[in-house]
Amino acid sequence: MAQASRTSTAEPLLPPEGIQGIVADWSSDQRAFKNVPWGKAMMWIFLLSDTFIFSSFLISYMTVRMSTTDPWPNPSEVFALVLFGKKIPLILIAIMTFVLISSSGTMAMAVNFGYRKDRVKTFILLLITAALGATFVGMQAFEWTKLIMDEGIRPWGNPLGAAQFGSTFFMITGFHGTHVSIGVIFLIIVAIKVIRGDLDHGRPGFMTGRKGKYEIVEIMGLYWHFVDLVWVFIFAVFYLW
Amino acid sequence: MAHAEAQQHPIVAHVEGQQHPIGIYLKIWGLLFVLSTASYLVDYFHFQGYLRWFLIILFMLLKAGLIVAVFMHMLWERLAMVYAILVPTLLLMVLLGIGALEADYTFFTRGVFFLKGLF
Repeated sequence: MAQASRTSTAEPLLPPEGIQGIVADWSSDQRAFKNVPWGKAMMWIFLLSDTFIFSSFLISYMTVRMSTTDPWPNPSEVFALVLFGKKIPLILIAIMTFVLISSSGTMAMAVNFGYRKDRVKTFILLLITAALGATFVGMQAFEWTKLIMDEGIRPWGNPLGAAQFGSTFFMITGFHGTHVSIGVIFLIIVAIKVIRGDLDHGRPGFMTGRKGKYEIVEIMGLYWHFVDLVWVFIFAVFYLW
Repeated sequence: MAHAEAQQHPIVAHVEGQQHPIGIYLKIWGLLFVLSTASYLVDYFHFQGYLRWFLIILFMLLKAGLIVAVFMHMLWERLAMVYAILVPTLLLMVLLGIGALEADYTFFTRGVFFLKGLF
């Protein structure tokens, strides 16, 4: 009786959970990532490769910082701002951190309202996310300007100490800022798709014949949260070290 | 009946994408703000030495964990997916170790070289 129900084709076979689930998912000639749209799986794999890029940057930064015999400029002082006649250490970076975390929060909510097919709320939340992202890039541009113009910091040297400070700083924050900028552009594209109703009608996207679905909002969200995630590590190891 | 089945088999319930109550995102958002403030205060109050390192790394990993687990929905993905992403990331620890060893050695040889220049 039990044997008969197991071999029956009437009900779908449910894959096992836990460690057995890993073996079952990977072992046979089938798609490994169940219940995940392939776009999402591919985004995760892209993010994994991006993780390796950023890790290489941060680990090389650690290596040059540990091996230099020149004194390292104190980030707490370099990134201080004079606000209301008082010098506050690292305040610009703290504000940038809060801006980016807030954008991550609005992005998570946009994904949620997207799956509820609430077009207007998703659109507004995506635009707020893009605006916060643009604010972040703007503040970074301000920070770079201050460092280049006022402090005389260059990728090949600076008056404060170790030359490696400039090269790693511009490389790492520049690469991260580029990611944020690209994210802002894509957020606006996704927002337009949402408000136009492309995802409700399954209208094919740009350069693809695939039908648009609300999963693209979640895939966009993965990228955006990743950008925030990288900033968490940059904030900790570059600015707080 | 359908509800009970969906509860028994979370795979079935998640077919239409990740749907969770808004409240959990707001709570994590708040928590991330608290953790960021805490890590800023580490610098503001000039904690030094091992205490500084411990706190910075602790807050960093907590924030990263919260973002990946909740905002990026890793908490609700199947293990095959989670391991495919997280295990290769852990391998970076090897690169980190090699980098630290190499940096120590470079620092040592630079020390020897610059010291020789003095005599």
